Amino acid sequence: MKRHLLKPSGLFLAGLILFLSIGAPAPAYGMHIMEGFLPAPWAIFWWLVFIPFFALGLRSLHRITKENPELKLLLALAGAFAFVLSALKMPSVTGSSSHPTGTGLGAILFGPMAMSVLGSLVLLFQALLLAHGGLTTLGANAVSMAVVGPLVAYAVYQLVMKVAGKQKVAIFLAAAVANLTTYLVTSLQLALAFPSATGGFVASFVKFAGIFALTQVPLAISEGLLTVLVWNWLASYGRQELEQLKLIKRGA
Amino acid sequence: MQQKQKAWDNWLLILGVVFLAAMPLILVKNSEFGGADGQAEEAIQEVQPDYKPWFEPVVELPGGEVESLLFAVQAAAGAGVIGYVIGLYRGRGFREVKSKK
Repeated sequence: MKRHLLKPSGLFLAGLILFLSIGAPAPAYGMHIMEGFLPAPWAIFWWLVFIPFFALGLRSLHRITKENPELKLLLALAGAFAFVLSALKMPSVTGSSSHPTGTGLGAILFGPMAMSVLGSLVLLFQALLLAHGGLTTLGANAVSMAVVGPLVAYAVYQLVMKVAGKQKVAIFLAAAVANLTTYLVTSLQLALAFPSATGGFVASFVKFAGIFALTQVPLAISEGLLTVLVWNWLASYGRQELEQLKLIKRGA
Repeated sequence: MQQKQKAWDNWLLILGVVFLAAMPLILVKNSEFGGADGQAEEAIQEVQPDYKPWFEPVVELPGGEVESLLFAVQAAAGAGVIGYVIGLYRGRGFREVKSKK
């Protein structure tokens, strides 16, 4: 009876490779805000905003691994999920490409702070090895992807669980909304740094959001679906861990 | 029976993602699907034409091929870890079922 449980882990990987081969021909542009494309004062400002969250994230990770060392594997999975998804440059209906963030899953599992560390590790990897994003803009990019995104994911999850109580819907919405929010924050950051000479901040925000937000809608849906997929696997095989994290009630 | 339903759900999720990724390729013609961030860069140049990036990336990749290799490495490493953890949990589940018998 277990045969149909042959879950498509291998096929999932093959699917990812398919995405990559579709998404890869995009020209070498940065993801999020590129190196040097944020004036120095703003770059420093966002670094200063990011650092306290990073410190809280380290503390949160320390606490999780100390209290429940057996959850380290699941933590690795949450990090790996962000790693995979932010490598997927997917084509979108606007004729340009962008990528999911993968931070929603970790935020739901371990709380939003844990993702400030895991998410910024992903960004650091891309900045150092791929010349995507940058070190000067890492603070700003980490605030949008590793801090605000996970916070929103966590809030949406809690809210939907309270209002509707449907866990999969909550997870889908949390991941999707977190993805969209990440790019809205990026638009906000760019608009603050580059207010339009005629329309000011608002005109710039509309311009940047127009580039990111619409592109991001189908990707946000994809991210939601993929997050529910991994959640389903966890619900099948990692029940113990989810119970430990109090995401599934014992005996339910 | 419930598990059969679950497997179905997962396939539908995968199908949904594949559809969302493939649909733009069919719907949007004559596009290279460049990065949205590249467009943002152009927008910056429009708003402030005299803005010059003040810091260079620490690495210069020799070209698109190496870049896609590194992206593939990133995705593969992540997918490998996910597969490992899920596989480990799954094996543990089977062992528990066996030991209960």
